[in-house]
Amino acid sequence: MPKKVETIVLHDSSTPVLGDIQKGGNIVVTSLDTLLNQARANSLWPLTFGLACCAIEMMSTAASRFDLARFGSEAFRATPRQADVMIIAGRLSKKMAPVLRQIYDQMPEPKWVISMGACASSGGVYNNYAIVQGADQVVPVDVYVPGCPPSPDALIYAVIKLQEKIKKRKFNKIIEINARTLESDKPQEVHA
Amino acid sequence: MSVSLFRDVVKPIATGFGITLKRLSHKKETVFYPEQRREQYPRTRWRHFLTRYESGLERCIGCSLCAGACPARCINVVAAENTDEKRFSPGERYAERYEINMIRCIFCGYCQDACPTGAIVLRKNFELADYKRESFVYTKEMLLESYPGEADAPWVGEYEEVK
Repeated sequence: MPKKVETIVLHDSSTPVLGDIQKGGNIVVTSLDTLLNQARANSLWPLTFGLACCAIEMMSTAASRFDLARFGSEAFRATPRQADVMIIAGRLSKKMAPVLRQIYDQMPEPKWVISMGACASSGGVYNNYAIVQGADQVVPVDVYVPGCPPSPDALIYAVIKLQEKIKKRKFNKIIEINARTLESDKPQEVHA
Repeated sequence: MSVSLFRDVVKPIATGFGITLKRLSHKKETVFYPEQRREQYPRTRWRHFLTRYESGLERCIGCSLCAGACPARCINVVAAENTDEKRFSPGERYAERYEINMIRCIFCGYCQDACPTGAIVLRKNFELADYKRESFVYTKEMLLESYPGEADAPWVGEYEEVK
């Protein structure tokens, strides 16, 4: 049975309006909407996912000169269970791609992805057999940051862009979590 | 008892917080980025510009040397002939299309070095992050400066620059 489209592009901003079920409910919960979005946008805990040299700039972003803590993102988590945003910092090799996907799946909803640098976003100079040509082939990416590597300022700019995006989210998007529990998407038992 | 209490507990704590006290008077290192902006170095390489001559003609002659020098193969140049009615650049040809895939570009500046007319330059605007992959293909309209000398003009923003 073919999978429904809404489960694939789960929380990207380019997701089209899905159905009538998500159109209602905006009058009652607008304030809650704003509150939730403010809380989410201003406590983005990144997942430590340094893959290459971009990770050095990512660490520098969290250090005192640039101080990512000013945006509530100082707590770099080593476990995906406590992280909100995954910063893919560095080139993503094809061996690493399943690991990245698994870690992304382990993050709790709502979750976002920043693709940091040319290599993570598109492969960069590494147009070869070993590197995934863009991390968006593996996970849905919300913000792309060009640069090789992007300076900490550029990464902070991306975090600000992501915060703007989160603040524009509508509450009815939360219903899309329910869209996952469609019959066809329930995990099926595999007999070895 | 009291001597060892002083030596083992009070003195180390006082020493430790003494360092904290000393650091309080130091200059703060943090650059408050969205409000302030770090001063970029003179040869910083970020956003590309296609420059013009003082007369308003484009410098780019569509020779594709930048595309050849690019290690990431992210530049696409399509050249066309100038005519006397429609003249874009002083030479025989001009770039009909000039596209840079900014997400694949590694900002090495080889295109700037290779350019015989100094048409493509890299300047200091690093605020390039965006949501969509498609929006990173910068076309000629986006890269070409609207008036001669726009690329060298100070980067306008509501920020103050700090050292």
